Amino acid sequence: MSMILGVPVTVLSGQLMLGVINGAFYALLSLGLAVIFGLLKIINFAHGAMYMLGAMCTVLMFDAFGVNYWVALFVAPLVVGCFGILLEYFLLRRIAGQDHIYSLLLTFGVALVLQGVLTNIYGVSGLRYTMPDIFKGGMNLGFMFLPYYRAWVIVVALLVCFGTWFMIEKTRLGSYLRAGTEDSQLMQGFGINVPLLISLTYGFGVMLAAFAGALAAPIYSVSPVMGSNILIVVFAVVVIGGMGSIAGAVITGLLMGVVEGLTKVIYPEGSAAVIFLVMVIVLLIRPSGLFGKEA
Amino acid sequence: MTMMKKLLTSAVASAMLVGGAQAEISGNTVKIGYLADMSGTYRDLAGPNGQTALEMAIADFGGKVNDAKIEVVSADDRNSPDSASSTARRWVENENVDLIAGLVASSVTIAVSNILEENDKLGIVSGSAASSITNEHCTPNHIHYVYDTYPLANGTASAVVKEGGKSWFILTADYAFGHALEGDVTRVVEENGGKVMQTVRHPFPTSDFSSFILQAQSSGADVVALANAGADTTNAITTAGEFGLTQSGQTLAALLLFLTDVHALGPQSAQGIQLTTGWYWDMNDETRAWSDRFMEKTGVRPTMVHAGIYSSTIQYLNAVKATGSDDAQTVRKQMMDTPINDMFAKNGVIREDGRMVHDMYLAQVKTPEESESEWDLYEIVRTIPGDEAYRPLSESKCKLVTQK
Repeated sequence: MSMILGVPVTVLSGQLMLGVINGAFYALLSLGLAVIFGLLKIINFAHGAMYMLGAMCTVLMFDAFGVNYWVALFVAPLVVGCFGILLEYFLLRRIAGQDHIYSLLLTFGVALVLQGVLTNIYGVSGLRYTMPDIFKGGMNLGFMFLPYYRAWVIVVALLVCFGTWFMIEKTRLGSYLRAGTEDSQLMQGFGINVPLLISLTYGFGVMLAAFAGALAAPIYSVSPVMGSNILIVVFAVVVIGGMGSIAGAVITGLLMGVVEGLTKVIYPEGSAAVIFLVMVIVLLIRPSGLFGKEA
Repeated sequence: MTMMKKLLTSAVASAMLVGGAQAEISGNTVKIGYLADMSGTYRDLAGPNGQTALEMAIADFGGKVNDAKIEVVSADDRNSPDSASSTARRWVENENVDLIAGLVASSVTIAVSNILEENDKLGIVSGSAASSITNEHCTPNHIHYVYDTYPLANGTASAVVKEGGKSWFILTADYAFGHALEGDVTRVVEENGGKVMQTVRHPFPTSDFSSFILQAQSSGADVVALANAGADTTNAITTAGEFGLTQSGQTLAALLLFLTDVHALGPQSAQGIQLTTGWYWDMNDETRAWSDRFMEKTGVRPTMVHAGIYSSTIQYLNAVKATGSDDAQTVRKQMMDTPINDMFAKNGVIREDGRMVHDMYLAQVKTPEESESEWDLYEIVRTIPGDEAYRPLSESKCKLVTQK
């Protein structure tokens, strides 16, 4: 059997595949963060909590009303997105235009409150969610067993990422968004409701996080603390990609998934730290990130 | 001469004071501090429901001991030895706390037991796993009550090897508890003629185990053992199910699994897994009766930690009552002299190293067909007698044993 770095090629290919799948989650989450920061200049530390709410919402809707997975995949992001809009309207708007640190602290506080309240109600052991029957089982690729669900995650996550990039960079609505946040007075002069646009953008970023949460519900243990672990990683991804760069967030998300996956085989103990190591190196060489515009 | 007289008088006076203190309950109050993880990873297996168990014990005892009142204070240790130490220090030095109960994360327990030793107060450890707590870290001021990593390895690992699982892949949480468990398991596997082929240490905590499960699959080992706890274990088990680990002929062994974890997983994902436990709610009429009362108050079935907190509190209060004292050494000696016979343990004995030795149980998670209700999760496969389960005193490194 041929080997690379002391690891059989077949094992390595399997790990690369898994890396892409995890990367797809990172991409979805960092995309939302990048949209919110890129357009609104809000450092959204509640992003992990919104991911958690998406997953919790999927499970709770099933338990309470028997809402199935497909419906939840649309409804959970909508519900959490609406919550995001309320959050923007009642809290974030008050600190618009202030230093970034205010949005960071405010959203961090919101995340802690959400996590604390839900922990008191549901505990931390995790809620049970059964995978839809259609996804049970998997296929043997020769080098690994690929569960159907993981294959579905890659496809749908990439589609959503591409769709979001296309909407913001290539459509008229996207150009309003970008212009509205660049020069809101001018846009308001054109008769465009900029505050509404901002609320909707924040809501949309939150929806992306909640969507990732709903996608994660069948494969990860769903609990109020699930968002706090992933948040820091996703922030690192956004920093590496270049704060605010939409394409950068997606590509870096996938890349970091792969880097982390390979580390798990070669030096498992370092897999939690490798992304931060990459971040340090990238920041030393390119302070604005891989895809960020030079300041 | 007057100087000498003064010294003598004060020496006699303080001797009388000390002597007096041993025979009575200080401040006519027995004060118990409950220190545990109330909000983090170990919340569900100990946490606020552990405090409920403690309060149930006090209420069942009658709320008073020899006319002295019983007070409870509690705090969240946040799984941080620093935070727990400052609370423990405040309690024993300024607030006259006599007993610290709960004690979940092993790092917290080791830090707190040092403070207890400095101040000669008592601690009863119900949640921690590390067997070092009554080995190299033993003190004359704490008792380890419910279980530790030694029987976890002895129970599950030896059972699995004897059933033919000869080659092992161990997936270990990369911190003290995981390392201790990995070491204990390796010893038991090798002693029983098995072989550990590969160990992989994963960062704590990890949310995605797919990569590690894939490595376990390609290792070709008969047994994939999880030397981790809490969310790490449940995540790993879920992923193993998703990737068809057991369907491809490998056995999954979870070395530390609590009832709350199995409940979160459900019998569909957890069926067939073998585990070692110190107690199970559905063992007999006595355990069921107590668990029903517990469930009425909390809405959930108790873990072995909850039951252990109840039992140890009753034992403690009995010892205070019998000796009429809340002095740590007097009470500890009385507890050591009294075998434990209650709904938690039969003929349990507290050894000089502070280890409470009692029977442990090898359990298997029921299939969805076998499980008749939400909490009907375990089949008790075998009783592991206490002497067989725990580290024998002859192997102890505890100073209380070696310096005798």
